Amino acid sequence: MKKKSKVVSYNKWGYIFLIPFVVVYLVFQMIPLVSTVYNSFFENYRSGLTQIGPNFVGLKNYITIITNGDLPTYFKNTMIMWVMGFVPQIVLSLLLGAWFTDPSLKLKAQGFFKTVIYMPNLIMASAFSMLFFTLFANSGPINSLLIQLGIFKEAYQFMSHVWSVRSLVAFMNCVMWFGNTTILLMAGMMGIDPSLFEAAQVDGATATQIFYKITLPLLKPILIFVMITSLIGGLQMFDVPQILTNGTGDPVRSSMTLIMYLNKHLFSKNYGLAGALSVFMFIITGILSLIVFKFTASPEKK
Amino acid sequence: MAANTSLMAGQKENGVSITARRIIAYVILILVSFLCLFWFYVLFINSTRSHQELSAGFTAIPSSHFFENWINLKNGTLPLFNGIFNSLFVAVVTAALATYFSTMTAYAIHAYDFKLKKVMFTFILMIMMIPAQVTALGFLQLIDKMGLDDSFTPLTIPAIASPAVFFYMKQYMDSTLPLSLIEAARIDGSGEFRTFNQIVVPLMKPAIAVQAIFSFVGSWNNYFTPALVLHTDTKKTLPILIAQLRAADWLKFDMGQVYVMIAFSIFPVIIVYLLLSRYIVGGVTLGGVKG
Repeated sequence: MKKKSKVVSYNKWGYIFLIPFVVVYLVFQMIPLVSTVYNSFFENYRSGLTQIGPNFVGLKNYITIITNGDLPTYFKNTMIMWVMGFVPQIVLSLLLGAWFTDPSLKLKAQGFFKTVIYMPNLIMASAFSMLFFTLFANSGPINSLLIQLGIFKEAYQFMSHVWSVRSLVAFMNCVMWFGNTTILLMAGMMGIDPSLFEAAQVDGATATQIFYKITLPLLKPILIFVMITSLIGGLQMFDVPQILTNGTGDPVRSSMTLIMYLNKHLFSKNYGLAGALSVFMFIITGILSLIVFKFTASPEKK
Repeated sequence: MAANTSLMAGQKENGVSITARRIIAYVILILVSFLCLFWFYVLFINSTRSHQELSAGFTAIPSSHFFENWINLKNGTLPLFNGIFNSLFVAVVTAALATYFSTMTAYAIHAYDFKLKKVMFTFILMIMMIPAQVTALGFLQLIDKMGLDDSFTPLTIPAIASPAVFFYMKQYMDSTLPLSLIEAARIDGSGEFRTFNQIVVPLMKPAIAVQAIFSFVGSWNNYFTPALVLHTDTKKTLPILIAQLRAADWLKFDMGQVYVMIAFSIFPVIIVYLLLSRYIVGGVTLGGVKG
């Protein structure tokens, strides 16, 4: 009996050690979350010097944000740039991951290559996009290089064409994230039972067959995990297009993302619409997170 | 390709195709490495060239104006030193708070049995994916009311609740921290808090190091929240200053200075990374996917 009461007295420390997390979470994330939702039901903005609201307007902000045509456009922009960056990224990562983990290939200098491909992930996205902006400017090094090589006669205006801006954003996202994806996929590939590969090799399967028939199907859970976390990251796309286009998403707002739109509302203190937009983002992220949660949490129950 | 060719022949054919595959792999890896490093190279070259040289066109050879550019930037209008100092301060404090308190949270779940244990664990995992952007509105209003607007507090203190760091720490504890060790410390009369600080934290050093780097880099690179919170020029962090550079009439700028500024915001992280890359790449694997 005495022993048992002592165990209980230790276990109260579990609660004590949780205090900092819980307090900080409640204050800095829970309260903001609730007040964001609360704000989304009010008309609250500045028109010139006069403050409109806060007046309760129910779901009007949600209706405005969905029907005024901006949200679908920005959602589409975000998705286009995400897909354009994600597809080459996953192909490249699968390829590199398969090579790095293939024991029969015995690649040399693996440490060097792994170090190099992860490097872009650590760069300040704002510095990287500022760098790209200066490199791809009309009088920038890339244009002068292309002219020197005789590929173009005159400077190509990368910043004034819809698809060149989108491609630059997608390209930067791809370069910044493929190293991270490769490492995640590698970890998944190393978890596959090597006897399966050996058995396939004994049966005379080619490397391509092994990749498509064994590696890919067994990698499916991790591929889904990578895809959805990347999608969540893609929805949050902000720094790169914001700085590349100076916050305008030009040309003709074709590279404006959802968070850039939110940022605009926050700066102009248009709290009603910002709230509705945040709730919209929260719901999408929530649904996607639940799917990820299923993939990360299921092994825990074993 | 007949199924019943001799083993020797089969092996030989296999050997040839492996050499070919190896060559393809190396070629692609070299191309990919080039794609990753080219930008750093151009940045390095351009930061050593003067404005006149930069407008004359691209060359692959570094010039000699690096220190000149640096001095011009230093004496210019941008509060560069403040920016570096602010970024460093915020990133170091964030890394320290995030790792220490996440270890503490993970320890609470790992070492003790209490009623809400499972609930808390599930809850923290669930909130892991909520992006900071969706609560930004309420967050800004809150810090306004608390009088914390334009200060470093809202950029550092919230790091105490970092679900992703917690998750990593919990994973690491599951594989390396035996409960018997804690029992032994208890028998030797160590208090719970002391056990945590003097036994658990030192044992967690490798995990703390990895997560400290990630938190540091994450905070150093963060643009969204600081841009909304900080207003005074001397309080701004590097990403905001870079964004200002972009918003300014940059054509009138000395481009040599622009490149040096970008270099200074990127290279510290790269140097730290190159020194610690072994741990970082391993750390991503360790925490990213459950084994």
